[in-house]
Amino acid sequence: MDGLFTHSLLVVTGKGGVGKSTVAAALGLAAARRGLRALVVEVSARDDVSSALGARGPHGASAERAVSERLHHISIDPQSAMEDYLREQLPVGVFAGLLSRSRLFTTLTAATPGMRELLTIGKVWELAGHEGRDRYDLVVLDAPATGHGLAMLQAPSTFASVARVGPVAKQGRAIASFLGDPRRTAVLAVSTGEEMPVSETLELRAQLQEQMGLDLALVVVNAVLPRRFTERDRRALQAAPSSPARHAALFWAAWASHQRAQIDRLRRGLQGVALVTLPFVFQSALDPAALERLSRGLEL
Amino acid sequence: MSVAARLKGKRICICTGSGGVGKTTTAAAVAMGLAARGQRVAVVTIDPARRLAGALGLEQLGNEPRLVDPDHFARQGLELRGELWAMMLDVKRTFDELIELLAPDQGTRDEILANRVYRELSSAVAGSQEFTAMAKLYELDASGRFDAIVLDTPPSRNALDFLDAPQRLTGFLEGRALRVLLAPTGAAAAIAARGSGLVFSALRRVTGVDLLTELGTFFRVLGGVVDGFAERASAVGQLLGDPATTFLIVSSLEPAPVAEAVFFRRRLQEAGLPFGGLVVNRVRVLARNPPPVDEAALTADLDGDGDLAARSLQALDDLRALARRDAAGLRRLAAEIDDRQPILVPQLDRDVSDLAGLVAVERFLFVSRRQRPALLAERAF
Repeated sequence: MDGLFTHSLLVVTGKGGVGKSTVAAALGLAAARRGLRALVVEVSARDDVSSALGARGPHGASAERAVSERLHHISIDPQSAMEDYLREQLPVGVFAGLLSRSRLFTTLTAATPGMRELLTIGKVWELAGHEGRDRYDLVVLDAPATGHGLAMLQAPSTFASVARVGPVAKQGRAIASFLGDPRRTAVLAVSTGEEMPVSETLELRAQLQEQMGLDLALVVVNAVLPRRFTERDRRALQAAPSSPARHAALFWAAWASHQRAQIDRLRRGLQGVALVTLPFVFQSALDPAALERLSRGLEL
Repeated sequence: MSVAARLKGKRICICTGSGGVGKTTTAAAVAMGLAARGQRVAVVTIDPARRLAGALGLEQLGNEPRLVDPDHFARQGLELRGELWAMMLDVKRTFDELIELLAPDQGTRDEILANRVYRELSSAVAGSQEFTAMAKLYELDASGRFDAIVLDTPPSRNALDFLDAPQRLTGFLEGRALRVLLAPTGAAAAIAARGSGLVFSALRRVTGVDLLTELGTFFRVLGGVVDGFAERASAVGQLLGDPATTFLIVSSLEPAPVAEAVFFRRRLQEAGLPFGGLVVNRVRVLARNPPPVDEAALTADLDGDGDLAARSLQALDDLRALARRDAAGLRRLAAEIDDRQPILVPQLDRDVSDLAGLVAVERFLFVSRRQRPALLAERAF
């Protein structure tokens, strides 16, 4: 686990609904607690992470906001990422001319397949491996769900191969090599002890290996129930007459044992990939204190 | 009201909600329930659990619905009076089929299918599942083969992607303008040279010539199917607004899916699209008049194992705490979504990923209003 925080970029992905954003935020907190300057990046228009972290201040497109002294948060929007990119690439006069035709650029981003993914991951690369290196030691990307997350990671090399030459090709290759370097980028999968998330995690690993030559650096299994009942307990409960407590205990035992079976399947399929579990949280909305507790589970 | 009552007179049922809330399961159980009641139903799933896919016979390739063997259901004690057809959406293939269908001639078709931007980028990006799901829905409905079609929607984190699918179709059309700019010929070249020389040279500078050329070709050849796409987009838009179409919003009671469900309800309203009801999965149900807890009696029932009794009571306490949290969340969600009688599916003690699980879910979806309290009480804490 120690090695995790020596990377420049942690990409957190997994099936929808498993708690990716929570894990991304918790990783940001854990990194900041170690004295690293960390940035948590969200790529959709939602603000789950920043509200759970308790971020304050104006929240606009692609603005970095301070959560604490060493922890920042940003929500990337492809349109402003495109403008930033053009501003860097072009002389001032040309840039102004382009902005006056900004509709064309909106259209171009919307119509070119993969452009949104490329611009978003390009911005992440800038923050993690390029110009942001002076400001942040670690960038944690709360990536889109599995399939789309993988498409985002592949966008730079795909564009580089289509473009062949020119700035997009050159940068596409630079970003792809950054993402493909296991010393700088670590890909993490979040799962729960349920069949679908476990299967998706195993498939993600196979696809990462096959399509990008990468492996998962860590798998985080979220919302794991405490083990309360043994097999013997279960038999004793089954023999007892019906009551609400018996019903609850048997339900709990079946739920937890199903989780364990799925986690075992995950462990067997992962061979060699580190796996940590986070406990089931009984409160409904995560506040900074609950997040802080979870983040300690990621320190080990 | 049960799902059956809510879907009366509907030909198309679109299940929507955020990822991980059991949309696919709900869609499959709705379709199965309709088939049990005599309809010929097609369910289009996006990414079913492997065992569920196996149970529905979806592991065979093909982008067409296949008849699910009724014996499978009979073994689970469910008789299908109608037929259940199931398919898993193949995004790339649906895309290709659409191009083949809409291309005016063989040459255009081949050129699009061979274009690198199309080949490498089209099917992997955000929105392409939404786009192709809509196209497939339209095709199946137009075929007239089914009494009802149930569509599972992609796990887009942002529901907007899905509702915007028809507009996205036309988003490609905007490429028409880009085409003139990127690969100008004839009169267009003259205009481009006058008006957009600056933009063009800036673009070339940013992207490189090859990418620009590929993009130019992409938009030019896609121009050949523009009219077909436009027609298709407006037909899909009409289909979504048809009185025979309805949207079910599927959610759990976790904060993020709830926020998404509320947001989606608002979007449906804004778009003037029909809302058929709320299905809430994985609910922990609170018993109405639970008997008082008697630890001594429980200990006696467990042959004097006081420790096991204490742990059982702790489990009961925890599950009741979750049930109270769910009840409060449900009240808020029902009020915000304006469905005072959402359909509840209790959390089962394992994943629903086989036919037995589907049959269990189907009971909760289709139970009559009168019998529902008794059915839910069986699972209450």
